[in-house]
Amino acid sequence: MNKARSNPLNTAAMHGALILYTLIALFPVFVIIINSFKTRRAIFREPLALPDAESFSLIGYQTVMKQGDFFLYFQNSLIVTVVSLTFILLFGAMAAFALSEYRFKGNLLMGLYLALGIMIPIRIGTVAILDLMVATGLVNTLWALIFVYTAQGLPLAVFILSEFMRQVSDDLKDAGRIDGLSEYTIFFRLVLPLVRPAMATVAVFNMIPIWNDLWFPLILAPAEETKTLTLGSQVFIGQFVTDWNAVLSALSMAILPVLVLYVIFSRQLIRGITSGAVK
Amino acid sequence: MTALTLTNVNKSFGSVEVLNDINIEVDEGEFVVFVGPSGCGKSTLLRVIAGLEDVSSGEVRIGGELMNLIPPSKRGIAMVFQSYALYPHLNVRKNMSLALKQEGQSKQVIEERVAKASKMLNLEPYIDRYPSELSGGQRQRVAIGRAIVREPKLFLFDEPLSNLDAALRMNTRLEIANLHQQLDASMIYVTHDQTEAMTLADKIVVLRDGHVEQVGTPMELYNNPANQFVAGFLGAPSMNFFPASLIGESTDVTTGIRPEDLFLSDDGPVAADVTHIEHLGGDTNIIARMQDHQITARLFGQHQLDVGRTVRFGFSLDRVFRFDPQGKRLDNA
Repeated sequence: MNKARSNPLNTAAMHGALILYTLIALFPVFVIIINSFKTRRAIFREPLALPDAESFSLIGYQTVMKQGDFFLYFQNSLIVTVVSLTFILLFGAMAAFALSEYRFKGNLLMGLYLALGIMIPIRIGTVAILDLMVATGLVNTLWALIFVYTAQGLPLAVFILSEFMRQVSDDLKDAGRIDGLSEYTIFFRLVLPLVRPAMATVAVFNMIPIWNDLWFPLILAPAEETKTLTLGSQVFIGQFVTDWNAVLSALSMAILPVLVLYVIFSRQLIRGITSGAVK
Repeated sequence: MTALTLTNVNKSFGSVEVLNDINIEVDEGEFVVFVGPSGCGKSTLLRVIAGLEDVSSGEVRIGGELMNLIPPSKRGIAMVFQSYALYPHLNVRKNMSLALKQEGQSKQVIEERVAKASKMLNLEPYIDRYPSELSGGQRQRVAIGRAIVREPKLFLFDEPLSNLDAALRMNTRLEIANLHQQLDASMIYVTHDQTEAMTLADKIVVLRDGHVEQVGTPMELYNNPANQFVAGFLGAPSMNFFPASLIGESTDVTTGIRPEDLFLSDDGPVAADVTHIEHLGGDTNIIARMQDHQITARLFGQHQLDVGRTVRFGFSLDRVFRFDPQGKRLDNA
């Protein structure tokens, strides 16, 4: 091993920097979680103190559970995020494969067209999207959100994935063709596993904005039964009074699933990097 | 019977013509090498035979059957790639058996063939390993094994040795030659390395700029090249070319002499200044300048000569090749 890399002082410095960064990044999350377990008064008196016997309270969680159907919101958010991500990855990867693998007329134009969405924020089209959803009767359904998020995520997905798929060895795909694999098998069994790190990147990039989005749920699906978590939490934030206990409790619970998804994707990222390559 | 017949094959990408009117026949059991400088279209030609590229016009027949519209997996061919192209998520056994499974062969047949191929290639100890756990030479053997198990009518090799180091390349070359004898199969082998071409081939096809320059056995091409390109491409070090006027013949003819046909001679007709000497032990290569032309002489054994000294080379006249200004071979002066 490289001497400079195994030097204990360098290792310590490197880990020190990483630990420091981790602490800074996790601090807000930590503050949210500890305060969600405190009484309202304790939150404001000593925001950084851990909950003790006197200040401990589950009032925030109780409010959240009582007010509205929190688990339904939770479920809605999860469905929208997971289904949108699935569509983005599936269709994005398929489009990227077609663009990078096949020679056809208008290939370049099609690629540019698909990437155009990166530069144009989808919210500009909100009114038109709302019109469209009203006309198709999709308002106040989760499908409205899923379609919009899929459309929003595809351009970047196609852009990133086609770049990665160009790097997958042509010989490997040709070997598959000679061995009698169909184009679909080549795509799913040979190419996708090799671009898994890129897929994980795309998934992480898309997941957070979808989970946290307030705009489209508010406009396209504000009904009680289709509210997402972010929208559902808004009831606790008022113009004059904000129920901080409830807000912090709702946020604490909202963090969990994203964390789980993130762990799954980052694991894929590492496995993709370490799996055996062509040469 | 012919294993492969190419008739008037043309291939162009857009307006770029890559293959130009190719006519080649490969007999059953023959080892044919396509050789040429990079960009000459030899790999494209192989991909056309494999069915990975369509021909723009012309006919590809394998075992007498027209193959123009048949997909690669149904052509009865197997291909070995330069980059091995092993499936990274499958172990050696599954890499070799995948194609057979796709063909719908029975489990027993698959097992038999994989066992036979891995024995032939000494792959048995590695049969459950993944490609990432194998060395370059082992991976190339797995790639060859994957071709063997299919028992194809025609083997296609696309520069299979160019990713291996020199020692391994020599060994694998011998293995491929052995394999050809054992399997008695027709093989087509693409390379830019003239040594591989000379040592392996029953028949060499020399390609340049998308068309066939000459077809023949290695010795035919060496002894009787049709033009200056073939003469210069085969043989190492390559043939010396200089205007015939330098040895007192007619002016617009180019003379070619192979380095191994030159010898030191005090009253030889060619005088040159030594610029560099390569001592190879068994041979000595002398690089010298004769007016504006560099010539190389390959002498057997070890010779001590000083750089800068003028030496005279002799040669026998029947070992001299003559080419017209277009590079075409002239029969005799």
